[in-house]
Amino acid sequence: MSILSFLDRPASYIGKRVPRPGAKRLLAGGGRYVDDLRLPRLVHLAFLRSPYAHARILAIDTAAASRAPGVVRVLTAKDLEGRYTPWVGVLTHFKGLKSPPQHPLARERATWQGEPIVAVAAESRALAEDAAALVKIEWQELPAVTDMAGALAPGTPPIHAELGDNLAFTRSVDAGEVDAAFAKAFAVVEEEYSFARHTGVCPEPRSILADYDQAGESLTVHYSNQAPHMMKEIFAKHFGLAENAVRVICPDVGGSYGIKIHVYPDDMTTVAASLLLGRPVKFVADRLESFVSDIHAREHRIKARLALTKEGEILALDMDDLTGIGPYSTYPRTSAVEGNQVVNLTGSWYRHRNYRARLRVAFQNKPPTTQYRAVGHPIAAAVTEAIIDRGAAQLNLDPAQIRRINLIPDDAYPWTTASGLKFEKLSHQAALEKLLKLMDYDGLRREQAELRKKGIHRGIGLAAFVELTNPGPAFYGVGGAPISAQDGATIRLDPGGSVTCAFSVTEQGQGTEAMAAQVAASALGLPIEKVRIVTGDTERTPYGGGTWASRGAGIGGEAVLQAAHALKQNILALAGIMLQTPPENLDLADGWVTDKSGARRIGLDEVGRAAYFRGDTLPPGTQPEMSATRHYMPKLYPFAFTNSAQGSYLELDVETGFVRLLKHWVVEDCGRVINPMLVDEQIRGGVVQGIGSALYEECLYDGLGQLLNGNLADYLVPMAAEMPDIEVAHIETLTADSALGAKGAGEAGTAGAPAAVMNAVNDALKPFKVRVSSQPMTPQRILKALARA
Amino acid sequence: MSGGTVSIRLSINGESVTREVEPRLNLVDFLRDELGLTGTRWSCEHGVCGACTVLIDGALARGCLVFAAQLDGSRVETIEGLSRSGVLADLQAAFQLHNAVQCGFCSAGMLLSAETLLRENRAPSRADIRHYLSGNYCRCTGYHAIIDAVEEVAKSRAAKGPSRKEGAP
Repeated sequence: MSILSFLDRPASYIGKRVPRPGAKRLLAGGGRYVDDLRLPRLVHLAFLRSPYAHARILAIDTAAASRAPGVVRVLTAKDLEGRYTPWVGVLTHFKGLKSPPQHPLARERATWQGEPIVAVAAESRALAEDAAALVKIEWQELPAVTDMAGALAPGTPPIHAELGDNLAFTRSVDAGEVDAAFAKAFAVVEEEYSFARHTGVCPEPRSILADYDQAGESLTVHYSNQAPHMMKEIFAKHFGLAENAVRVICPDVGGSYGIKIHVYPDDMTTVAASLLLGRPVKFVADRLESFVSDIHAREHRIKARLALTKEGEILALDMDDLTGIGPYSTYPRTSAVEGNQVVNLTGSWYRHRNYRARLRVAFQNKPPTTQYRAVGHPIAAAVTEAIIDRGAAQLNLDPAQIRRINLIPDDAYPWTTASGLKFEKLSHQAALEKLLKLMDYDGLRREQAELRKKGIHRGIGLAAFVELTNPGPAFYGVGGAPISAQDGATIRLDPGGSVTCAFSVTEQGQGTEAMAAQVAASALGLPIEKVRIVTGDTERTPYGGGTWASRGAGIGGEAVLQAAHALKQNILALAGIMLQTPPENLDLADGWVTDKSGARRIGLDEVGRAAYFRGDTLPPGTQPEMSATRHYMPKLYPFAFTNSAQGSYLELDVETGFVRLLKHWVVEDCGRVINPMLVDEQIRGGVVQGIGSALYEECLYDGLGQLLNGNLADYLVPMAAEMPDIEVAHIETLTADSALGAKGAGEAGTAGAPAAVMNAVNDALKPFKVRVSSQPMTPQRILKALARA
Repeated sequence: MSGGTVSIRLSINGESVTREVEPRLNLVDFLRDELGLTGTRWSCEHGVCGACTVLIDGALARGCLVFAAQLDGSRVETIEGLSRSGVLADLQAAFQLHNAVQCGFCSAGMLLSAETLLRENRAPSRADIRHYLSGNYCRCTGYHAIIDAVEEVAKSRAAKGPSRKEGAP
């Protein structure tokens, strides 16, 4: 318990709205992103990409491009042959998952519009683009497989003949007695849902600067990325380099959201080019190529059926998910996880024991889809929450009431879901009640009823759900991926009494460094200004997984806490010697070694000076250890689930189909809240990303696999004017898996918002007895539904 | 690329700059590559997202839609200059306090737009702020905190009275 005591101290930073130390620099234009680096002899890469979704490359003529001004080298697949090993996006724990080997530049065939074919290295990006325009490729267009169902239809040629068909992965769950439950149900509701493809649109496009030092035989990659250690392994492996010859540095990262954690062929080409040329090579995707080369996300078609008793109790849920992943399963995380999450999560926050699900993952000639913020969660939440609302409507139950009846009771934990997930302790019922109060649910219902009389159509939507956070090695490592589920921190006392903490979790703006500084400062009794956090460099930080699956605070924060505790013991041991006092009678507060009453004895600067400069004053045999390293991975549970409830209030213009968002509420239980401001901002940002997918964002493809809206003018993202204020409240159910008790909060906003907004739209449509079940719920789709009224 | 360059002389953050530029050189590339002013950023490169926002002769402009060659005789201000002069200091402090910045990529544009809004409208409503900042794309914050920060600065500037406009560029 002594470990927890610092949390309760008045000077603790835990639970405080501490501003991020790095924000000031970012706000002054002082951010240092990959594209801001200036290196001597730098060359710039531009790609020629496939204009076709599926086509054979008959010939490539690079002669004119090679002679163009400023061109250093024109690279095709042939030039890279033998200089790398291809990669395959499968993991052993996804039984049957298949995907062909993938290469930096397409060899005989392009399999999506936007796949890189030729790379031009030149003295400037403009010159590289000039030259790329001179490359001539002779194509033979092949039939494109774009529709998911079509991809799996008998007779459709497989995109990769050697794989036999276009079914990349399939999985089924059949728990309990589903058929019997449906047979005895009072009510059965069913509905089909579709979720469009969308993409991340990071403000900073994907950026990489690879710098191979031929003489030193070392590769430094400056990379806008979430997982530097993972990428180090991958670069070493696929380019045949010694593990310790590769350094990956992630400077400031201009947004990532899951986009910057996958292996991209153009990034691998950039590294290959640097190895080949012995010069630093930079590739920064422009916005248009981002739309066709960044990973896409979602694209699901789902049929769901729900069996209910007369009282509204869920008896069974049956779900069929068809999802499309493009021509390759993405490396190294695979593209099976999104659908797998949908299967695992759908309905899992309700009490029913009968659950059946089928997942089919199809190859298509479109860009690869894979993990993007909230992986699978928004789909699972939207389907579950939409169909339960449908069930409520059929039984004439209020949406709040049907959730009360079915949500797992707060005293029922630990709980194992029908799909086999283990929940340590959640607070669904309390979260729902808190949400209803926060949004004044009854008041909104009254207002809604009043306004309906005047022809104003407002909708109220509720959504409950879980979020998978703090994943252990069962998520990826078990399947053979070089993805670390543990993270580490090294904290060093500097001679002047401040500390430097090297931390393996990365910073993309979510506040990792502030969180770590709060934990370290609190545990070491230091003013937070005395703590410096170092992240994003494989040579300067302990080994760890980085940023993914909402794990920075829950896993990384605990590593910082444990390291700080170890350092504290070392500091007190030395101070004890200096003061000739037993260390157990000493403590740290406000930058001082104190006695237990809090009275100051010596400053940390004095301890630091003695340790580093005046070892001569210490008793013989004393060896100060003013650094400590600790790592942490979750042990009790494979994942730390969180729970949340969201509410949406909106107004629908039934003439135009436009939705005006009025307000959004979130009650979040992510365990210990280290910094409420940063957690709220993660939630709010996540909600808006979820709203984007619910109402606006869609990669529109034609039947030939051509992206029709691949620019930021035609692809709609949420802007300030359309977004509502978002109120966030918390419940704190700590996990016992760590001393800190923190769980993740990075994805919950995105997970639940599409469900809440979809329910609100359908609530507004209720008087017309029509529903919309396709996201994004564009004015066109809403008007189409209304036309059926 | 055709040959020939254009000679321009302009003021960047109060300093006089003379350069020979290719006609096709974009203002953002000019700032970043010629002058090392990397606070102005490329993001959408087609005038939608506002990450490249600068002030040209005191007015908001999309750096990505302007060629350097067009700017002979102009006065350009970027996030670096406006930070150094302290014009944005209260907005920057409020942004930090409200965590109205996450990855920081949109922040320069967001701050310049907010500053211009507050010069045009001393008492904007939240809806006014949301509307005015809708040319600046942020993927991280969800905008709420940004609106909070700008609203707070509007109120505190109003409370301080009308004198501050003099100091503004």
